[in-house]
Amino acid sequence: MHALAVSGLQKVYEGSGRRVEAVRDLTFTVDAGELVCLVGPSGCGKTTLLKCMGGLLTPTDGEVLLEGRKVNGPPPGMAFVFQEYGRSLFPWMRVAQNVELPLKQKGLSKSRRRELVADALESVGLTDAADAYPWQLSGGMQQRVAIARALAYEPQVLLMDEPFAAVDAQTRADLEDLVRGLWRERGITILFVTHDIDEAVYLGQRVIVLSSSPTVVREQLKVDLPDERDQLHTRVAPRFAELRTHVYEQIQAAKRGAGAVKTDTPPPR
Amino acid sequence: MKGENAALGAAGLAAFLALGEAVPRLGLVKEEYFPPTSRIADALADELADSAFWSALGDTLTGWALGLAIAACAGVVAGVVISVVPYLREATASTIEFLRPIPSVALIPLAVLLYGSELRSVLLLVVYASFWQILIQTLYGVQDVDPVAEETARSYGLGTWARVRHVLWPTALPYVMTGLRLAAAVALILAITAELVIGAPGLGARIAVAQNSQAVPEMYALIVVTGLLGLLINVGARTVERRALAWHQSVRGEVAV
Repeated sequence: MHALAVSGLQKVYEGSGRRVEAVRDLTFTVDAGELVCLVGPSGCGKTTLLKCMGGLLTPTDGEVLLEGRKVNGPPPGMAFVFQEYGRSLFPWMRVAQNVELPLKQKGLSKSRRRELVADALESVGLTDAADAYPWQLSGGMQQRVAIARALAYEPQVLLMDEPFAAVDAQTRADLEDLVRGLWRERGITILFVTHDIDEAVYLGQRVIVLSSSPTVVREQLKVDLPDERDQLHTRVAPRFAELRTHVYEQIQAAKRGAGAVKTDTPPPR
Repeated sequence: MKGENAALGAAGLAAFLALGEAVPRLGLVKEEYFPPTSRIADALADELADSAFWSALGDTLTGWALGLAIAACAGVVAGVVISVVPYLREATASTIEFLRPIPSVALIPLAVLLYGSELRSVLLLVVYASFWQILIQTLYGVQDVDPVAEETARSYGLGTWARVRHVLWPTALPYVMTGLRLAAAVALILAITAELVIGAPGLGARIAVAQNSQAVPEMYALIVVTGLLGLLINVGARTVERRALAWHQSVRGEVAV
């Protein structure tokens, strides 16, 4: 059984006499423990897709299965990390309270909550910031808090919606390594949505390339880079360059509206 | 800079008081109707020594506090319910816009008919005047909920009640606090007005009695007390606001990151 299975997903927005088909027909799966990146041209319905998966939007057709169970409404086994960390964290709560709130809703005991919060904050290197307010922290630190909140929730699948699009390049590199580190350490399943091709190739075990809207899966690409990756060496490896070039071409082709190739195999070396 | 401003403020106040002393003494106005500052101060000292003054002050504050509390609870609950229940906002908007501008003092005859000169008359006027301030601010505040915060809460499985408590209420709180501060000032005005006009026990009624018995300095002394009350209420409301909203942009100021 797949951790996450999306089949025939379609989302049509209807309103004021206009009918917009944001997502046409999406089918893909994510296995337990996998780190999959979704990339696509801008405006290709990535956020719509993610919201359907997270149960925040009801799809027009098709379904999303989380561990074999159909998603209708936010499932307890899924955690979200949003791009807008400043708005996603509650400014009226301290860092630790922000991380703890979803756990209270889960009905966990106080000692268990404290344990999970401390552990999650330690994982993202923010133990010292537990009593600070989010707005006292830098952007990168705020996004770490949001990641800690998701980790403490102990989800089966972690959904990340362009989480590093709003931070500076250096912070971004650190956060990418943090996500890969947490993934390897904890064996969680991550679906990472981004518009950044380099980021997708650097992070993912697999990259799913989406077409432009109305969206379908254009290609699924296995990233055959070694599991040990680092910003310095991985990004200058010839294979990295080949893969990113390939994804880049696919996205350019998607923008032009060229037909999907659907090879699902990595490009030749 | 701050000390300098305080010194200037004190100097201004002293000059004002000195002017109040000099103008009647020089015969520019009739001392009978405009007693000099020192006589008002004497009358104020006499008032402070009188137990009847303190019970009048207690009555006024009771009417003010009780009315404000009722208006605050009702305004907040009504504001949240109107915003949360679908279509209710649209359905009530025109009625609210019609009822809100009715000046509370126009209800004095009604209050007298219903309750005579009891505390309940004062409460009716105070509640009516302050309720709208709080309701309107609550309605604005609830609209200000950030969609990303709302989606975050939903994605982490927070139900309707939890979202009202953890997202909607803290978002609306800065607005509610503004409403409360405005309402606190209005409530005092209405409490004094009701006592003055209807004769319900309190500072207002005492002012009316002082006026009827030609006790002009006492009347001024009582007016000064109402002014001081208004000042204290405003300072108190601002303090409460600052403490409750320490996290809010308007209070926290610039933060070094």
